[in-house]
Amino acid sequence: MKVVVLIKQTPDTAELPKVSADDVRAGKVKATMVINPWDEYAAEEAIQLGDRFDFDSVAISMGSPEAVEALKHALAMGVGAAALVDNTALTGGDLFTTADALAAAIAAQGAVDLVLCGKQSVDDNGGAVYAGVAVKLGWPLVTGVTKIVDVANGRITVERLVEGGQEVLSVPLPAVVSVGKEINDPRYPSFMGIRKASKANIPATAAASLGVASGAGRTSWTNVRKPEERKSKVVMIDGASAQEKAAKLADALIAEKVI
Amino acid sequence: MSVLVWVEQTKSGPVASSWEVLGKGRQLADALGTQLVAAVIGGETAKTAEEATKYGADEVLTLTDGALADYRLSAYAAALTQAVGAAGATVVLAAGTTRGREVTAMVAAQLGAGLAPDAIDLKVDGGKLVAVRSVYSNNILADIVYSSAVQVASVRPRSFPMPEAGAAKGAVKAVAPNLGAVAEQIVEVRSTDTGEVSLTDASKIVSGGRGVAQDPAKGFALITELAGVLGAAVGASRAAVDAGYIPYKYQVGQTGKTVKPDLYIAAGISGAIQHLAGMGGSKVIVAINKDAEAPIFEKASYGIVGDLYEVVPALTTEFKKRIG
Ligand SMILES: Cc1cc2nc3c(=O)[nH]c(=O)nc-3n(C[C@H](O)[C@H](O)[C@H](O)COP(=O)(O)OP(=O)(O)OC[C@H]3O[C@@H](n4cnc5c(N)ncnc54)[C@H](O)[C@@H]3O)c2cc1C
Repeated sequence: MKVVVLIKQTPDTAELPKVSADDVRAGKVKATMVINPWDEYAAEEAIQLGDRFDFDSVAISMGSPEAVEALKHALAMGVGAAALVDNTALTGGDLFTTADALAAAIAAQGAVDLVLCGKQSVDDNGGAVYAGVAVKLGWPLVTGVTKIVDVANGRITVERLVEGGQEVLSVPLPAVVSVGKEINDPRYPSFMGIRKASKANIPATAAASLGVASGAGRTSWTNVRKPEERKSKVVMIDGASAQEKAAKLADALIAEKVI
Repeated sequence: MSVLVWVEQTKSGPVASSWEVLGKGRQLADALGTQLVAAVIGGETAKTAEEATKYGADEVLTLTDGALADYRLSAYAAALTQAVGAAGATVVLAAGTTRGREVTAMVAAQLGAGLAPDAIDLKVDGGKLVAVRSVYSNNILADIVYSSAVQVASVRPRSFPMPEAGAAKGAVKAVAPNLGAVAEQIVEVRSTDTGEVSLTDASKIVSGGRGVAQDPAKGFALITELAGVLGAAVGASRAAVDAGYIPYKYQVGQTGKTVKPDLYIAAGISGAIQHLAGMGGSKVIVAINKDAEAPIFEKASYGIVGDLYEVVPALTTEFKKRIG
């Protein structure tokens, strides 16, 4: 059986506040780029499925040639192979363009039983690409999975958090599954893993040769800007005792009408 | 042409943030000169549909079926896609709850429509929808413009005010759901619903961080008590969650929930970038920290330097005096 794990390269979360509107507009963000933190959980789960159910795992990313570094992180963790969809020449796309390209790249892997992905990316914050992939492939989608209970008889059984509780759900394979952070503790790449990944051959396919054309996006971003900074200056509440400070704060909050 | 809003309901009734979206939908429909249509999907729909007529919908479509009694993504996406057709909708909106976000994504994918996930504002420009998104974990804003005929958006809870209920006006019309085979089989449901205020819908939140480390059980008991007096939801930092003081569902921030309350009280939270990413949009931020240099004070509206084990119960007492 085969599992594909979808990986995105994203800015280090600590550097997100520094990202400028100009860079976002130009599509070239100056930041330390890392594997999207949410995707580490998907990569870890793919590796564990290898141990539990003998899955072969492949990491696929769409991005610039530099995005191979995120794929190498997945390889260094222990994912079996990797492939890049090079989007350098692709312009005017949106999340569904990405989904179409990834779906084509998944199909090019031959028989795939499962696609795993993270909850969302820390830059686009969309959490929707996997829905596009599922619809394009015609496979069921299960989101927010916190445990893969079993893979048997052509079905996958999972636990997921739902509003107000937890449910156990089963869907036929092949399927697309997004995972939540409760599912595992992603391992750090080992020294051996990093060495192996650094030598790995990661094939790159241009998005165009997967049948994805430029200008196909159904939405585009305009008026990209920084949010207004909070202007309020902090009012420090002083007092001789905790009780006195608390009393002053309670009065201030009631005066603000937020209570 | 019409503006269609999915009014989501759970076992305990309609989801409050759906009404916020329906209220905004009224304004958009007026700006576009079209009808506002609400869709209610479920095993039972009558009560929510009746309520929807009081929030400005010109028409309410109900898609009622035993197979919709329990939420399953593929069935709900099929039903909403059907409602889009029945309403001739060009704008499709839902509250950006967990369900709302995935259902709108599926519907947009199925219809070849453009999607703005988790939008924080909506407007009309030149007869088309424009959705404002907060991206890069609330560090960049962008306007999303659509080239597709059908324009889909999910809307972050608390982006719009709750509309006033008025006199019922729209007619309720049943649409027979055509769901096809539903792929998902629910094997088991374990409800952990304790009836507490949901974080994303909360107008007030009291959060605790690693500052409770000395006695986490007591720390969160004090925080919960203050939240109780204020009618607030309880939240937490990742450090508190990772340390096992409180379950993940309470986590606020980058890899937790994005919240937008009127009042956010952070007790024993340092104010890391990843925490601020989730609560920076709060109207009034109160920081309680024993370290006067903690970065949270730079984002706070009010600050108290002090030990949370003293300040939090003192606040509980003072609020009890004032608001009973
Ligand atoms: C990829 C990634 C994603 C992340 N996502 C999130 C996220 O979603 N949410 C999140 O919160 N963090 C997130 N983080 C973690 C974040 O960087 C911080 O580590 C975390 O927010 C710190 O939590 P804290 O403020 O509770 O702990 P600390 O930074 O340890 O702060 C504890 C504070 O409590 C104060 N304190 C101690 N004792 C007391 C006392 N008795 N009374 C009053 N004050 C006291 C201290 O002065 C200190 O300021 C993420 C990090 C990464 C790398």
